[in-house]
Amino acid sequence: MTKPALRLENIVKTFPGVRALDGVSFEVLPGEVHALMGENGAGKSTLMKVLGGIHQPNEGRILVGEEPVVMTNPLEAKAKGIVFIHQELSLAEELTVAENIYLGELPRKSFGRVDWAKLHAQTNEILKKLKVGFDARTTVGSLSIANQQMVEIARALTVDAKAVIFDEPTASLTDAEKVVLFEVIEDLRNDGVGIIYISHRMEEIFKITDRISVLRDGQYRGTLVTAETTEDEVTQLMIGRSLDLSRNHEHAELGDVALEVRGLSCGDLYRDISFEIRRGEVVGFYGLVGAGRTEIAETLFGLRAPSAGQILLDGQEVHLHSPADAIERGISLVPEDRKGQGLVLGMNCRDNMTLPQVGDLTAGPFVSDGAEVAIFDQYRDKLDIRTPGWRQLVGNLSGGNQQKIVIGKWLSMHPTLLIVDEPTRGIDVGSKSEIHKLIRQLASQGYAVMVISSEMPEVLHVSDRIVAMYHGELIRTFTSDEVTEDSLIQAISGIRAEGGGKAA
Amino acid sequence: MSEAAQERPARGAGGLTGAKVGTFLAKQGILIAFILFMVGFTLANDRFLDPDNILGVIRSSAILGVMALGVTFVVISGNLDLSVGSLMSFSTIVVLDLHDTLGPALAIPAMFGLTLAIGAVIGFLVGYLRLNSLIVTLGMLSAIHGLTLTWSGGQNMDIADKEGTWFSVFGQGTALGIPVPILMFALLAAVLGIVLAKTPFGRKVYAVGGNGTAATFSGIRRARTVFTCYLISAFCVATAGLIQASRSMGSQNTVGQGMELEVLAAVILGGASLMGGSGTIFKTVIGVLILGFIQNGLLLIGLQFYVQFVVTWIIIILAVWLDIAAKRGRLLSPIA
Repeated sequence: MTKPALRLENIVKTFPGVRALDGVSFEVLPGEVHALMGENGAGKSTLMKVLGGIHQPNEGRILVGEEPVVMTNPLEAKAKGIVFIHQELSLAEELTVAENIYLGELPRKSFGRVDWAKLHAQTNEILKKLKVGFDARTTVGSLSIANQQMVEIARALTVDAKAVIFDEPTASLTDAEKVVLFEVIEDLRNDGVGIIYISHRMEEIFKITDRISVLRDGQYRGTLVTAETTEDEVTQLMIGRSLDLSRNHEHAELGDVALEVRGLSCGDLYRDISFEIRRGEVVGFYGLVGAGRTEIAETLFGLRAPSAGQILLDGQEVHLHSPADAIERGISLVPEDRKGQGLVLGMNCRDNMTLPQVGDLTAGPFVSDGAEVAIFDQYRDKLDIRTPGWRQLVGNLSGGNQQKIVIGKWLSMHPTLLIVDEPTRGIDVGSKSEIHKLIRQLASQGYAVMVISSEMPEVLHVSDRIVAMYHGELIRTFTSDEVTEDSLIQAISGIRAEGGGKAA
Repeated sequence: MSEAAQERPARGAGGLTGAKVGTFLAKQGILIAFILFMVGFTLANDRFLDPDNILGVIRSSAILGVMALGVTFVVISGNLDLSVGSLMSFSTIVVLDLHDTLGPALAIPAMFGLTLAIGAVIGFLVGYLRLNSLIVTLGMLSAIHGLTLTWSGGQNMDIADKEGTWFSVFGQGTALGIPVPILMFALLAAVLGIVLAKTPFGRKVYAVGGNGTAATFSGIRRARTVFTCYLISAFCVATAGLIQASRSMGSQNTVGQGMELEVLAAVILGGASLMGGSGTIFKTVIGVLILGFIQNGLLLIGLQFYVQFVVTWIIIILAVWLDIAAKRGRLLSPIA
């Protein structure tokens, strides 16, 4: 049997009061793509920090090849051949590709001058291997996110990498860019590098990995051979039960039209959009990144002025100039970027939840503590938010619980229309199904819900109707009973149906 | 469990490791330094703990303190105000000049009105036009100085009849045996402390400073909130100018010069983050007192007045370093 490229033996890492890693062992073989999966909080991040030299394990050994290694900082980890491709890129945007790749170790001539010729030659050699369409002298800031990621990968290739760790690499990539990334990973594999691939996306995991190791609650739960397992088996290992993503066929009783949009346009972003959402109805918006879905939501929330068209709420035309306007009219938005737009991470749970209505929760001129706590308690119980107490800073909660705080924030406002943009992005499988259930519950309670999602199973699972968009145009609206995966994919690729189904 | 609090690696099995001592020092550093200073000063000069001296320190800190209260709002909202020293000079000169032409009863509201108008300009530029507060207030520092000199013609401003006016009460009077400047500082601190901690507006200030985008997405009118913070800052500056003018009954054009940094120092010493979103009025008051007592102590042990500029700067750097170190969980970070 081949010797592993990287091997972890019984790694234990404790923090005051927490056993973050509890005897984790697994190995990555040379030329293997090994997925590491687990819910948020399962210990993946801690394990990566141990591998990166940021944390030192309390017990256990790390072996590169046959040799046990001790790493006390990220530079030492890199020197041992363990290289990270981070989810968040860490490049100097004003510098060139070559400078970024060799930052800190630029080749020198006499008197400490940089040997530019050598630098560019070395860089271009690496770039050639990656088959990218830019060269050593390109400024990094001018590259797309996907190409910037290629620069990170190129940086990894400058050392004799034994193991390369990809942390959610496809989070901000388009489908075409993903294909290129997967080719690069394939090449690395063929060169005999061991690859750890961290992702929440089952589809990718099953496409490119050889084996899957699963963590749960800081414990190693086992390793599965990708070709011999199923999504369901992996999910069960991760959360201890399976995830229901069947098609939605339960329709709540429909009420009046809550939102009607007529001929709404906004420059090039979207054109002539018309649709309606009734109370008790979940309408899913599906399309590729850039199809104009988020931009429509932003217009409905007063963040982006439309260039033409009308918005009617409960039959009344409204003009929305700011989120404050929209909120006053009963529109709420759970934004796509939870940490950037949804929450004040340094604030506690309660204050985040009551933020939009803090001006109304008063006793005299002062904020009423009692009223705030009452609202928090009510929605903590209703949404099953797991937190030690309302004083906990939101930044310390898991992604799923953070998302529930944002949802609770808006439910407590009793909105006419709730817009949810990418409701489960970056959220682990267990919390995902809870949030799906919640969205269906909201419909049955008579809310009008607009769900924007880039995950087809999710759209199919929660929606009563599905709007397919392509390049700023509404291509077709499906009911959940008539929709098929094929017709939906055709619609979001811009192919209009030949008869059947009503064109928008 | 806070990830930041967990960052510290446990090295070796020793009970009291270097890292632990480091974290403790970082978290309590300013308080420890303050206590050491106080003990040192007391040993060096027995007048330091004299009640008269203590009252004197608080009284002379009152002007700085009043200004720091307003700047606390601005800093928590995620902005800076470097114009307060210059604006205080303006207020002082204006109220002294108008005193002799309009009389004190009209001069005071007129000066407050003009000072607030300048605060409104800054608030408009930073809040509504979203310009960088550092650039705006640095520019205003210079612009207001020019305005003050234009008003005064470059001359010192004096009240002609110093005996025949009640104007001196704000700077020199006492009530219930306590100097009026201290009372005004305390009253303003109490009111603004409650505004910040207990009202919806205060909550909005924290939200805007903590994450302005998320605040906007929660329906908070960010521009209006920032604008109001600058108005509060201007109001505090006007109050400080009133105390200053009343105390000296005459003034140079540069009376507030350099105070913007001292004010900022007090706010940071109190623990407000320059990134916005954290800090309290109570902590700022503590910061003001620390600065006041240390400067007083340095004088009492016989150091030259000018040395305190250097020491003040060292204390600020120390405070900023310890604040960051406490967040990182160690004194020196291997990652820049």
